[in-house]
Amino acid sequence: MKNINNDYSHIKGWGVDADTKNDPTYPIQNRKNGPLKYERKDQKLQDVNQEVLYSNERPYVSAVFGLGPEPSGLNGKLRRYAFQHGENEYSHWLPLLLADRVNAIEGIVEDIKNGKLPNIIAEKGWPAQWKHDKVGLMKKLAIYAGITAGTYFLLTRNKK
Amino acid sequence: MLATNYRGPRRIRVDNDIPIPEIQHPQDAIIKVTRSCICGSDLHLYNGNVPDTRIGSIFGHEFVGIVAEIGADVTEIKLGDHVIVPFNISCGECIYCQQELYSCCHESNPQSTSVSGIFGYSHLAGGHHGGQAEYVRVPYANVGPMVIPNNMDLDDAVLLTDIVPTGYQAAEMGGIQKGDTVVVFGAGPVGIMAAKSAWLFGAGRVIVIDKEEYRLDFVKKYANCEVYNFLSLEDPVKFIKQTTDWVGADVCIDAVGAEAAGDALQTITGRKLLLHAGSATALQWAINSVKKGGIVSVVGVYGPTGNLIPIGNVVNKGITIRAGQASVKRLLPRLIKHVQDGIINPKELITHRIPLEEAADAYRMFSDKLDNIIKPVLIPPTITL
Repeated sequence: MKNINNDYSHIKGWGVDADTKNDPTYPIQNRKNGPLKYERKDQKLQDVNQEVLYSNERPYVSAVFGLGPEPSGLNGKLRRYAFQHGENEYSHWLPLLLADRVNAIEGIVEDIKNGKLPNIIAEKGWPAQWKHDKVGLMKKLAIYAGITAGTYFLLTRNKK
Repeated sequence: MLATNYRGPRRIRVDNDIPIPEIQHPQDAIIKVTRSCICGSDLHLYNGNVPDTRIGSIFGHEFVGIVAEIGADVTEIKLGDHVIVPFNISCGECIYCQQELYSCCHESNPQSTSVSGIFGYSHLAGGHHGGQAEYVRVPYANVGPMVIPNNMDLDDAVLLTDIVPTGYQAAEMGGIQKGDTVVVFGAGPVGIMAAKSAWLFGAGRVIVIDKEEYRLDFVKKYANCEVYNFLSLEDPVKFIKQTTDWVGADVCIDAVGAEAAGDALQTITGRKLLLHAGSATALQWAINSVKKGGIVSVVGVYGPTGNLIPIGNVVNKGITIRAGQASVKRLLPRLIKHVQDGIINPKELITHRIPLEEAADAYRMFSDKLDNIIKPVLIPPTITL
């Protein structure tokens, strides 16, 4: 952080119109006057026993973090790539979105490997939709069927 | 234990072989969940719109429960306490927590510098598992959890973890002056609470805009406000101008966020193609409906990239935009008193009590607004309804 001189006497009129009530930064209730420096207090740190990707806009892993699923497989590679880029960049967010989609496919493969056939109908909550909105579900299934048939037709048309 | 398990966009299942969480830090507590809710913002995760939502994540940031285990440094709660757990995970010590900006704690989320850790809200919010489970690990248990007062109904308590403070803060951020006209976009639970809270700050007229007739009927009775269905309006912005003597509202509140309907361009590019961070229709309407020099308060949740909003109008109209995730810990004492005094009755919003095992159905019902659902609560099987 830059060393900032707190003497503003050379600036004519500095602070004469300062009004502490004019503070649109509402959620900040106990404003600390800057310049602020981020200093970690003597907080105890959670042991890092798994791979924790962290933003390159901070110097270190936060004192505590969640133990949600670790990056793994192809989705893990994409996530590691994403975290090489800052939060300001699409090269951070787009690979993460792609990783999520890849992860969903990997999840199905992993389930099958583990002998757990995904019950897509139950997972999508279609029983509830059947109970409360039969027409909506039928429309949805018709659209899916149409898209599948159309895709099949396009893919097989050239072969014939 | 039993817990929700995210499997991909619009796919949730409930597994019964998830390991019970363990203490990882001296300030951790393990909470046995007694009530958890599905929040409108969970739908952003459910629909696959939040980057870094990993398969196997347990959702749920609105929950209450009984303290089952505590770490060595936990002194503020004890075993057996029944506690409200704010959705934001806050250390209480960093420069942001010290300014009571608890939703921006810097020591609970390694993955993003924009927001604190949030229970069950993807790795964007720290990768913490959530409370749609039988047990949940709660970090910084000396800071966030608050013991539920003896006379408080659990259904009231669970809504104090998020939607009541979020709706209240939406109104508070509006800087509402006595007699102001306040327009709330969205009649979901947060919008309903924002409309209710607007009166507490002295609003003179409260208008709620949505497209779900049953929700408009509910908020009309619950919050004594005017309601309009935007499907029956040619142009909601023009309507607001017209009904405010062609000036615009003093305060507009976006209580919808990224799932907004009502504008084809926003829906297709934001929700379907994910070309930007969700559909910002409600925010667009809020900016265009507020008077020149007015205030727009944003509590609707959006993704981390960009959105299509008329920023030129913000500048030209001299609008003040205030936004923030609710600072639950700061607001809880005040809101608990409002509930105890009968000023706010949160549990009236709960329309569905659903067993945790049926979470996939509950998500579908909430997402598609089936069976006139307003607020679903999930009950673990070991808890008596």
